[in-house]
Amino acid sequence: MSETQPLLKCRHLWKVYGPDAEKSVPAANGQVDDTEALIAQMRDDDQIVAVGDVSFDVQRGETFVIMGLSGSGKSTVIRCLSRLTEPTAGEVLLDGEDLLTVTPSQLIDIRRHKMGMVFQNFGLLPHMTVLENVAFPLTLQKQPLQAAHERALQMVELVGLKGREEAFPRELSGGQQQRVGIARSLAVDPELWFLDEPFSALDPLIRRQMQDEFMRLQEQLHKTIVFITHDFLEALRVGDRVAIMKEGRFIQVGTPSEIVLKPASDYVRDFVQDVPRIRVVKASDVMLPVGKVDDDCHHVLPDTPLEELLVPLAASAKPVAVRNEGGDVVGLVDSTSIVAGLASLQDDGNG
Amino acid sequence: MAELQSKLQSAIADRIFLIWVAVIAATLVVTAIQPSAAWLIDYPKAWQIPLADVVNIGADWFIDSFKFIFRFLADVLEYPMRALQWVLHALPWAATLALFSAVAYFSSGWRLAAFTAAALFYMALTGYWNESMNTLALVGISVPGAIALGFALGVSGHASPRWRRTLMPILDLMQTVPAFAYLIPILLLFGFGPVVGMIASLIFATPAMVRNVLLGLDTIPETIVEAGRMCGASARQLFWRVKVPSAMHQFLIGVNQTTMAGLSMVIIAAIIGGFDDIGWEVLSQMRKARFGESLMSGLVIAFLAMVMDRISYGFADRSTGVSASHVPWWMQRRYWIGLIAVPAVFIALSFAFEWLASYPKDWIWDPAAWLNQLIKDFTRDYRGLTTSIKNNTLFFFMLPLKIGLQQTISPFSWGFEFTPVLKALYWALLAAVSAYAFVRRNWPIAVCFAIVGIVLFFGLTGLPWPTFIVAVGLIAWIAGGRNLAIFAVLSLLFVLTMGLWKPAMLSLYLVSVAILLCLVIGGTLGILAANNQWASWIIRPINDTLQTMPQFVFLIPILMVFQVGDFTALLAIIAYAIVPITRYTEHGIRQVSHDVVEAGRMMGCTKLQLLFQVQLPMAVPQILLGLNQTVLYGIGMLVIAALVGTTGLGQRIYIALSDADAGRGIVAGLAMALVAMIIDRILQGFSEQRKAALGLS
Repeated sequence: MSETQPLLKCRHLWKVYGPDAEKSVPAANGQVDDTEALIAQMRDDDQIVAVGDVSFDVQRGETFVIMGLSGSGKSTVIRCLSRLTEPTAGEVLLDGEDLLTVTPSQLIDIRRHKMGMVFQNFGLLPHMTVLENVAFPLTLQKQPLQAAHERALQMVELVGLKGREEAFPRELSGGQQQRVGIARSLAVDPELWFLDEPFSALDPLIRRQMQDEFMRLQEQLHKTIVFITHDFLEALRVGDRVAIMKEGRFIQVGTPSEIVLKPASDYVRDFVQDVPRIRVVKASDVMLPVGKVDDDCHHVLPDTPLEELLVPLAASAKPVAVRNEGGDVVGLVDSTSIVAGLASLQDDGNG
Repeated sequence: MAELQSKLQSAIADRIFLIWVAVIAATLVVTAIQPSAAWLIDYPKAWQIPLADVVNIGADWFIDSFKFIFRFLADVLEYPMRALQWVLHALPWAATLALFSAVAYFSSGWRLAAFTAAALFYMALTGYWNESMNTLALVGISVPGAIALGFALGVSGHASPRWRRTLMPILDLMQTVPAFAYLIPILLLFGFGPVVGMIASLIFATPAMVRNVLLGLDTIPETIVEAGRMCGASARQLFWRVKVPSAMHQFLIGVNQTTMAGLSMVIIAAIIGGFDDIGWEVLSQMRKARFGESLMSGLVIAFLAMVMDRISYGFADRSTGVSASHVPWWMQRRYWIGLIAVPAVFIALSFAFEWLASYPKDWIWDPAAWLNQLIKDFTRDYRGLTTSIKNNTLFFFMLPLKIGLQQTISPFSWGFEFTPVLKALYWALLAAVSAYAFVRRNWPIAVCFAIVGIVLFFGLTGLPWPTFIVAVGLIAWIAGGRNLAIFAVLSLLFVLTMGLWKPAMLSLYLVSVAILLCLVIGGTLGILAANNQWASWIIRPINDTLQTMPQFVFLIPILMVFQVGDFTALLAIIAYAIVPITRYTEHGIRQVSHDVVEAGRMMGCTKLQLLFQVQLPMAVPQILLGLNQTVLYGIGMLVIAALVGTTGLGQRIYIALSDADAGRGIVAGLAMALVAMIIDRILQGFSEQRKAALGLS
């Protein structure tokens, strides 16, 4: 498989509960002519459509966030991807291999080497120490204890828990327990990293710290990530792309600024309402076509949030230049363009 | 007036009210025409179904055909027991004592070790060492057997829901059918001897383990299992390395309960075992009315039970968190080293000092004769007091429920004749009270008053069976719906057609009286303990001790003071069955949400208002569960109470046992189990309803 191919492809994924759920989707690959009609019919038949025909790709090194309220089906999606739950129909291709058709022993092998998962309620084994918990997936593969513990120790250090290796989960705070969960999921160095509402059980301040920690780790490790959350702001913060989910369907998929700038429906717009746009909208979204550029004016990258432009703009009368990574100037931002940009958003938001 | 009219209208509109009125009316009519239709009260013998004989024919055939297998099994099982027995006798007593104390130390520390040493020393001191070791050998095989069997059954039930649906009713039967009942077929299949006791104890003790294994595996947090699967655990790894350790605490609680259940069967098993163990000792001394001796040997069992309970509980308590990756090997293995080294030292010493090897006869302290004298003096000096307590309870409380006021009241008991005028007065009063309740409150309370009044007048044994069955069916319907009602009616019809109606009513009467008293006394104690730390501190260890004592031991001291009869049985049942209601009441009140209690305080509740209007109503589901347990304990104690001369189903089972009549024993045992299950399901139904109403489920 070429490096440019998406690592994970999810095609027409269905999960239906209820009477005769297995036979409810006509095609095993999940492709149907009229999805909406089928879902409506299933719901009439008292079936619960947890996931209805969901498709998406996740590129290598990308953080793909699925955001939805409770009951939207987001956790079911990630459970189907990891096959903790058996999907009703569809395809999940990891590096071109369909996870839904592999044998149980192949699945165990894939989980041992290619996947890591972090759980909302941590899922730590209460009878094991921090070190033993982190080394657990390695010992399941029958790696020598010495090597497993060395690797686990590295992971414990990576998540900043050095010195607590011998503690038991119940002796740790929630944030610390989730650090152990993260270390354990990374111990086998997986390509694909699933995080199922990893920070939802934590207090707001700790949650914020853990998000920073998560982004630091991702900068270092470049994993391919599927991240589930019910927190819209968290989705915007950590995601490269965000899918908004409702009643088993993706209703919008896009980058954080696409979602904030162009909400696809009133439902999404309700979430966007409270988001401080100045933090999400980027320089490239409001920049003017290149005019005259002074060499000495301040310059930023295209994906810099507007928030960070305020200080340099206030400091001098000159506009700020937007340069791409190659150093070419691609646009200009001045105070008027920021205000105009935000004002037009306001219109969109209300219209 | 308008209010009364609307009350009447809504009551008449309620189908259940009308049925109740019909049942009450029918009861009164039947009892009025009773002289001409006796079959409505006494089910005729000619109508009985001879199921017991059929069972006997089947059992005889089965035993004749397959006895050799079971006899072979008995022989096989006897080997490990004899071997263990040999080891326990060969070990110097001091070494055994040291070994147990070491185990106790590792389980929970010095205090338990000291208690264990004292308990075992008591066995040597009083001269019951050999008998104690024989009992230990029996328990030492049956309990691990029950644990292994229970674990296997629990795991298989967890793995296959279909198998579990078959397993659960079998467990219910194993625990509710009195052990005596299945002792008979076991006896016939396996023959006399200690192995029978071992197998009975195995059957009785296994369900506790199965239930705890199932509970443990069911309550593992889903996330832990998912995390295990995502770490790439194979099915076997998931089970042994994720599920088993996560559920270990519950498993060990199962081990604790299994141990206690196995031990409690020891004396019962002795009834048929006739084997030189402590149970036999208690029983034979009791039969000879040598209470001093039977108390001394009964204490051995009580101590043994307490020691085993605390040790296994200690391990359960400690089970979370044992890690040692970089401690030296001798620290990691220190338990095993200690367990081998400590007795080894004593074995070595026993070669030098003879008195460490076998406890010298001269040092035995036997206060039995002194105790017997003490009891004799006590009963002589306080005969007046004890008889008056006994008679008052009998005349004013027990007999009315048993045979009704109509037969209880006489110049001999109440001091006057129950003349027709007085009877008319009674009925008028009852009607007035019910009517008052109807007007001032609602119809269910009025119906309750009417029923209580009728039962008190005729007694449980004087009630017509058709209306009794309908009434129970109705209550079951209200508590748990149609299926429960059908179950209750069919079960009672079984009891009736087996010709066991009278004994069942006699059992019911004794249990009802005991449970009423348990509810009053235990409930009060529970309330006290919930509101007062000191009371809780005193009541808890007493409850713990009562619960760990084998049922049998309760009989001895009560028997000494009150002699044989219903009253002694009543006290023994209360002593045993009062524990759960006390505990659940305390627990129920303590767990009432603090917000609600604080809200009550802020509205200005007095302590009593808080108790009766806030805490107790919220605690009702828990209290009902406790009551349920109390009922089951009480029924379980009935068979044992039969040993002190009570009449009823327990007595039937006991007689069948001494006749080795498998059919009659099984039928009576089944009848008892069905009665227990009806009460159990009805109380559970009410508890669920309350829970749902309070939004707690």
